Amino acid sequence: MGSEQVTKNKEVFNAAAASAVVNELRGSFSAGKTRSYEWRVAQLKSMFKMLDEHEPAIVAALRDDISKPELEASLYEVGMLKGSIRLALKELKRWMAPEKAKTEITTFPSSAEIVSEPLGVVLIISAWNYPFLLSLDPVVGAIAAGNALILKPSEIAPASSSLLAKLVGQYMDSSSIRVVEGAVAETSALLEQKWDKIFYTGNGRVARIVMAAAAKHLTPVVLELGGKSPVVVDSGINLQVATRRIIMGKWGCNNGQACISPDYIVTTKDYASKLVDSLKCELENFFGKKPMESKDLSRIVNSNHFARLSNMLDDDKVAGKIVHGGERDKSNLRIAPTILLDVPQDSLIMSEEIFGPLLPILTVSIELLYSSALFFFNDLLFLRNAFSVKMYEADKPYEIHLRQAPSVLLHQLFFRLNTRNIINFPCICGTISDKVDKIEDSFDIINSGTKPLAAYIFTNNKKLREQFVTMVSAGGVVVNDTTLHLAVSSLPFGGVQESGMGSYHGKFSFDAFSHKKAVLYRSFAGDAALRYPPYTQGKLRLMKALMSGSIIGIIRALLGFPKA
Amino acid sequence: MEKMEEIEGSIADLRTTFRSRKTTSVAWRKNQLRGLIELVQDNEQKIAKALYQDLGKHPAEVYRDEIGIVKKSANHALSCVEKWMAPKKNRLPLLYFPASAQVLSEPLGVVLIFASWNFPISLALDPLIGAIAAGNTVLLKPSDLAPECAAFLQETIPLYLDCNAIKVINGGADVGEKLLQQKWDKIFFTGSTRVGRLVMTAAAKHLTPVTLELGGKCPAVVDTLFSLSDIKVMAKRIVGGKWAACNGQICIGVDYVLVEKKFASTLVDSLKRTIKKFFGESPKDSNSLSRIVNKNHFDRLSKLFKEPRVAASIVHGGSSNEENLFIEPTILLDPPLDSEIMTEEIFGPLLPIITLNNIQESIEFVNSRPKPLVIYAFTKDETFKREILSETSSGSVVFNDTVVQYAADVLPFGGVGQSGLGRYHGKYSFDNFSHEKPVMQRSFFLEMEPRYPPWNDFKINFFRFAYRFDYFNLLLLLLGLKK
Repeated sequence: MGSEQVTKNKEVFNAAAASAVVNELRGSFSAGKTRSYEWRVAQLKSMFKMLDEHEPAIVAALRDDISKPELEASLYEVGMLKGSIRLALKELKRWMAPEKAKTEITTFPSSAEIVSEPLGVVLIISAWNYPFLLSLDPVVGAIAAGNALILKPSEIAPASSSLLAKLVGQYMDSSSIRVVEGAVAETSALLEQKWDKIFYTGNGRVARIVMAAAAKHLTPVVLELGGKSPVVVDSGINLQVATRRIIMGKWGCNNGQACISPDYIVTTKDYASKLVDSLKCELENFFGKKPMESKDLSRIVNSNHFARLSNMLDDDKVAGKIVHGGERDKSNLRIAPTILLDVPQDSLIMSEEIFGPLLPILTVSIELLYSSALFFFNDLLFLRNAFSVKMYEADKPYEIHLRQAPSVLLHQLFFRLNTRNIINFPCICGTISDKVDKIEDSFDIINSGTKPLAAYIFTNNKKLREQFVTMVSAGGVVVNDTTLHLAVSSLPFGGVQESGMGSYHGKFSFDAFSHKKAVLYRSFAGDAALRYPPYTQGKLRLMKALMSGSIIGIIRALLGFPKA
Repeated sequence: MEKMEEIEGSIADLRTTFRSRKTTSVAWRKNQLRGLIELVQDNEQKIAKALYQDLGKHPAEVYRDEIGIVKKSANHALSCVEKWMAPKKNRLPLLYFPASAQVLSEPLGVVLIFASWNFPISLALDPLIGAIAAGNTVLLKPSDLAPECAAFLQETIPLYLDCNAIKVINGGADVGEKLLQQKWDKIFFTGSTRVGRLVMTAAAKHLTPVTLELGGKCPAVVDTLFSLSDIKVMAKRIVGGKWAACNGQICIGVDYVLVEKKFASTLVDSLKRTIKKFFGESPKDSNSLSRIVNKNHFDRLSKLFKEPRVAASIVHGGSSNEENLFIEPTILLDPPLDSEIMTEEIFGPLLPIITLNNIQESIEFVNSRPKPLVIYAFTKDETFKREILSETSSGSVVFNDTVVQYAADVLPFGGVGQSGLGRYHGKYSFDNFSHEKPVMQRSFFLEMEPRYPPWNDFKINFFRFAYRFDYFNLLLLLLGLKK
């Protein structure tokens, strides 16, 4: 088949080739092939079989690409996917059924429903860190919703990419589901085409390119991005449990190379040393005394990323801040689980998403934690009441009265963490000497900076928890655990602002690839003359009465009484 | 330059207000919604006057399509907003015990709303209701093509709504461009496809989500009807949906009609009769017809129907008066399909009727064109209804009526493909301006040891059963009874 040649000869995959593939898929879609329930089920079952029969090959590909531990490979990728497919197979009939909608007096007599229809031909561009899960999980949604699709796996995980191309070619209906392998050139060729949806997983820079390309054809997009996902650790908790859950989310998820991995920790100054000790101890329990040799840790994906992470560690500003790990092995692309304590805000590691095995811990005084730890991942602390902040810069305290401080100064104080325009200011270790009873009530915390994909908090304090949940804006929030929400199919998974737009998983995946078509059924009976011209005062009155729902008004107007 | 400063100043204010979290409270939202209802209630006369000046709209139309719609939407939001705001509890599988999950709707932040000129009040205030209900701060940019209404909104909104949270800015394309350079948390745009693209391209720079309410050529598929009363009702609804809503200058108006050859003459006759009934013998004197918004659009429309091949197909109307910006309700029978009137959205009082041998062909006819905002179909044939539903794609489908779907709060309103992206009305408006934030809460006790490395076969098996929610085998495994 012509299209197979296209995918094989990568060098000739240009815009023309892309357009040919898309046209072919559009042909299948227009023929209505992908719409039937039977086709969707057959494809999903076939994908399930593919995963079942080739799990060892998938595990091997992931070992080649990132030395992913077998358990992580077979559970977080194959296992999760199977779960998704199982759920889709079980629920598909229900998802596809039209949703009845109640109608109102304004359209009486009528009935209404909302029908889910496939969007058409969709493009899925996936990432290298979970090359199977992040490729096929959206594919499950696209198939369930009845679309034709092209999948573009990441070239940074080459073994997985070629295995995906091979397996999808073997198991799935190639008239409607295709894999196109390649890098920037191929992606650009694909993005030039007209799609009915683009689903992209990756980083914010490329996401902007994707969305701008989509704008040309008014194509809706789902963008699954990342961000610096914080973990707030309060004191007085079951530290061992918290530590283990943090380690699982950080190093147990592809060695930190996961979009929802904890990026940094915020804790109190007093508690930090306990936390560090506990992390060290549990890290040893999990990965042994020689983590560089542990089979339970993924390696860094490639030398670019290794260099990027090395730069973060070599930054002068974090010199001497490493309290655990720090070993690097360039030839094997391995970096040991590394903890940094009290890194400055303007260091490289705190200005970019880490996406690797480095975990900085920021400390604040207890008061600040309760009141404003949250601002670490929000933009600016907004203070309505007058009170002062005592700052320590190089151990010299000085006080700033916030009411007097112009907004510029406020910005300097509470700069954003997630953007590159970090203002030179040392780590905030300050206390707030407040003049109000409850700090929590005294000021408001703002969400205007870049919002992370996930935010985690470990606490037993109900108040802090509530405050965190309502005030911190993030794609998702988990209390007393990390990353677990990803596995809950009843929760929408997706970012907000810089961390993405749109959501998926479970029914949300089906919805992401569906158009919700409103359908209104009317009969020829029950036609009201007042809708139509020539317009008169009487009609106007009746219309007013009808729309306001006042029965007396309606009767009045019908009887021709003048306006009451 | 001055305008840019004004814009930046407004945004800074709006952001400060948003940060103060004042807009997130139920009380604030409800107050604003009440304010909005008062605004339209107190100013019915002014609104009617402004709309008369901008578009020559009759007060009845103003009430039906603008004031009434806004009041109805705002009342609906007012009575439901608390329910919408309530966190949605989610059930979690037993495996996660003890844990709870919910989804919280949180406001997005500072949003920009671009309204359009054809329904300058309702298309400005209807999205505003959603943005307020969801707790956002808003900058509203009315269309400069309806200057009286734009001025009215700018003057009146600060009198009724919280001016620190809801601002209005007026101006032309240059102001629009400047607004688009800023960072927003959502952009809601109603207007043309061309500008829609510009809006989305600008939004991409800041990864801003957009809702685009565009238009398209909305067909009315008319199956052959036999009962005289059905034909009468159908004609009334088509004429109503075409000329009685801003004289065809409406995104969900009937753009063209598809009909079987044998039924065409009956259809044309009944349409003519209905037009006469609605607008009298001399429609140019009727006060029930809106005028064309401006000279540009008048010229655009004149060009559409004065092209010789198209002009030859006129079977009713065809007169126009440049001075009054008036174009008569005009019906064209089978204009050439490659003429502009059949390739571009008409957005005016011209109605081409295309005849087909068999009404089934209409499905292919519609499918070979960009997806419309709505498909209207007049038919009593249930099989044909099902075919239309499953084989065509459009923002929405309405059987046996036109335009009324706009008033239904329970139905999502929005396009697909070229006709737009995103949806609103009722709860959908609230969702449109909200981020649905999942929250999962766990406690510290009951640890599942197999979650943690070092990995071994036992743990692999544990996960296998866990993902399948196979509690029976999980139990066996944990008791050491299963290998």
